[in-house]
Amino acid sequence: MNRKTWGAICMLCLLGLGLTVGCSTKENTNEEQGTSPTSKVPATQTSTPIDPSTVATVSGTVTFGGAAPKPTKIDMSQDAACKGNNMAETVVASDGKLANVFVYVKDGLGDRTFDVPKDSTTIDQKNCQYHPHVLGVMTGQNIEIRNDDDTTHNIHPTPKDNREWNESQPPKAAALEKSFAREEIMLPVKCNQHPWMKMYVNVVKTPFFAITGADGKYEIKGLPPGDYTLAFVHEKLGEQDQKITLAAKDSKTVDQGFKAQ
Amino acid sequence: MLTACATFVLLIAGALVTSNDAGLSVPDWPTSFGSLYKIPQLVGGVKFEHTHRMVAQFVGILTIIMAVWTWRSDRRRWIRYLALGALCTVIAQGILGGLTVLFYLPPAISSAHAALAQTFFCIAVAIAVFTGRRWLEKIPAAEIDSRRPSLTTLGLLSICVLYIQLIAGAMFRHHGLSWWPHVLNAPIVAIVLTWTAIRALLHYAQIEAIRRPAVIMLSLLIAQLCLGFVAFMTRVAWGHDAVQPELPMVISTVAHVAVGALLLATTVVFSIQVRRHVPGSAAKPLRTEDRATVAARAPVSS
Repeated sequence: MNRKTWGAICMLCLLGLGLTVGCSTKENTNEEQGTSPTSKVPATQTSTPIDPSTVATVSGTVTFGGAAPKPTKIDMSQDAACKGNNMAETVVASDGKLANVFVYVKDGLGDRTFDVPKDSTTIDQKNCQYHPHVLGVMTGQNIEIRNDDDTTHNIHPTPKDNREWNESQPPKAAALEKSFAREEIMLPVKCNQHPWMKMYVNVVKTPFFAITGADGKYEIKGLPPGDYTLAFVHEKLGEQDQKITLAAKDSKTVDQGFKAQ
Repeated sequence: MLTACATFVLLIAGALVTSNDAGLSVPDWPTSFGSLYKIPQLVGGVKFEHTHRMVAQFVGILTIIMAVWTWRSDRRRWIRYLALGALCTVIAQGILGGLTVLFYLPPAISSAHAALAQTFFCIAVAIAVFTGRRWLEKIPAAEIDSRRPSLTTLGLLSICVLYIQLIAGAMFRHHGLSWWPHVLNAPIVAIVLTWTAIRALLHYAQIEAIRRPAVIMLSLLIAQLCLGFVAFMTRVAWGHDAVQPELPMVISTVAHVAVGALLLATTVVFSIQVRRHVPGSAAKPLRTEDRATVAARAPVSS
């Protein structure tokens, strides 16, 4: 073989390598997508019964100490289809109350298992922002992702413990159905087309979680009596924990304060 | 020259993708939203990512033309292989670009993509130099350099420290490394490049082919240090909490990448010219008859 033939063979090999990697990655992605729904709680696993007559409730208010940071304005000018509220939701504090704090029972439930809710939870892309900004789901719970904008979004979770994926969703496209198999707190989700679009998904194994509203309030119902660690997690301000003891039919108020960093 | 210029534009387009965090706005590769030829609506991050892909395709085509042209028209075997090397590099670069999309921007692959981009730019610039009229028509000065370290060594050392700087910078930009290795290496780069350029200007200023890149090296170095400072302030000091890529950060980081690429390419050109005009004392200077035949060894056409 002369040099020209060798050169041609080398180029074909390189091209082949590129195509092989490209195709195999797509296949892997499809395989993983196929297995994703089965990562829900296995059918053989049964939930631990809780006596409804003894369950307790924990509620409270999450406060923000110090001067609330001035909301940052988002520049949406790079896409004419993006209109609406263009304020960042990194720290939403009003009258000393902090919104978007994920509150959950971090410890104390032992090896109890819980059924995954059959109902989907929803992430809505509207006015080029995610709604809600912070979401709580159970492992394996279905998440319906909708695009209500007249522009294409891409949904790109960047997890530490779950599988990463990145899919685009054109306007009026069918909702995407996704779930996360492993527990993960403050799992970032972003849109690479609109870099200001960020939200956080919190994946836990129990249904005992809540997210504070604009008034900083939260409520977790149906907890069996016991000693628990309650975690309050904010995307920027970090995590704070509290130990609590709940008696049967208790209704306890547990407030938590965050300070400006 | 056209390939080198187009590659510079491509480098800027690539830097814009990274600075605007738009690397995954087109989620598939080698297709874009499932198509190989359709141009998607160029809004948001797609504007940067797809433009980068289109410029890359153009550079790929130019490189193929350049490689075929060089192979057919240039008598010098080594430049034919260099052109073939350029073609292989641009293919590898395309594959790396695809892999980084398919694997969601892993720092190692993205940084390799960034580093190989500037390597390809240097190859394209070198080919432009080797096929340029000045190279073909001008007789090498063949000055003897008996100083230690030799100017050739200093030129190579400059390329090495710049390359380390490039990799550290790329790793930082692609979240694989903290900012401090890049910042820490900056004074080393400044010292080595200044030493090299000053040595060249002090002793070989009469050789235009060396004086010119040495002056450009110094000018670009000063510009690059200033841009590096501004990029650090806009990205690390002021911009770490930004809700989206802000214009001052985008402009300063893209300019820092572009000037960095120009500095590396200029240093490569400088080293090539030093090797040609000021061979080390160990290297055999060109004999008079060799000098006379330089022009005769030139290609059929460039």
